Amino acid sequence: MALSAVFDVKEDVLIVRLAGELDHHEAEKLKVVWQNKMYQNPIKHVILNLEAITFMDSSGIGVILGRYKDVLQLGGKMIVCSVSPSIKRLFEMSGLFKIVHLEKNEAFALSTLGVAS
Amino acid sequence: MKNEMFIRFSSLSQNEAFARVAVASFVSQLDPTMDELTEIKTVVSEAVTNSIIHGYQNEPDHYISISCSIMDDTIELTVEDQGIGIQDIELAREPLYTSKPELERSGMGFTIIENFMDSVDVQSTLGEGTTVHMMKQLTKTKTVSK
Repeated sequence: MALSAVFDVKEDVLIVRLAGELDHHEAEKLKVVWQNKMYQNPIKHVILNLEAITFMDSSGIGVILGRYKDVLQLGGKMIVCSVSPSIKRLFEMSGLFKIVHLEKNEAFALSTLGVAS
Repeated sequence: MKNEMFIRFSSLSQNEAFARVAVASFVSQLDPTMDELTEIKTVVSEAVTNSIIHGYQNEPDHYISISCSIMDDTIELTVEDQGIGIQDIELAREPLYTSKPELERSGMGFTIIENFMDSVDVQSTLGEGTTVHMMKQLTKTKTVSK
């Protein structure tokens, strides 16, 4: 199954909803569209919703770290939400939660950033 | 009884999904847990991605082979390429190390493989290729007879 990415902007937050499998093949394509969305919209923060992701490996971590660096440049925060137990394990292994905030779902993530959902 | 399979495919990134699904499908005969199946798929994905990006430097006209054997509750998995090889295996296996930071690699591939498998052996010769040999014992708790 391929990856699908849906982007939504709420105030200064870019919401990225991913579905399917995020591996090296998909990560390279995702990087380009995600970066474009970040610079085409006047946003500061990013919420990454992984609810519909069915598979992810270290290439997914790479693309998330890459966008985290972009968010830092914008002076914003990155929040990851709706993470499955297996993806959570990958994040813990790579220390991602030390730099990226985790929230239960998109509504919580938005309220953390002070945006009404 | 030992049961084996062997696949060989082009070094194209779209084959990463094919490789992990093929191996997962083969080992499903052992009735692994969902977690175990996810771990196997992740490991295959990591090793094949390494071969494509590092071994073959994204050149599409090479081949990667995977052999997998299952016996009782043990899975043996070998991913092999005839790529450029790894200069320093110790360094390559270190968490967060990547030889290609410009490609947004997390450097976690080998660390994930080591975490998800019981044993990992990497053999590599510069200019000749790399072979990653891994073993994993599945939990038997689910098959305990009543």
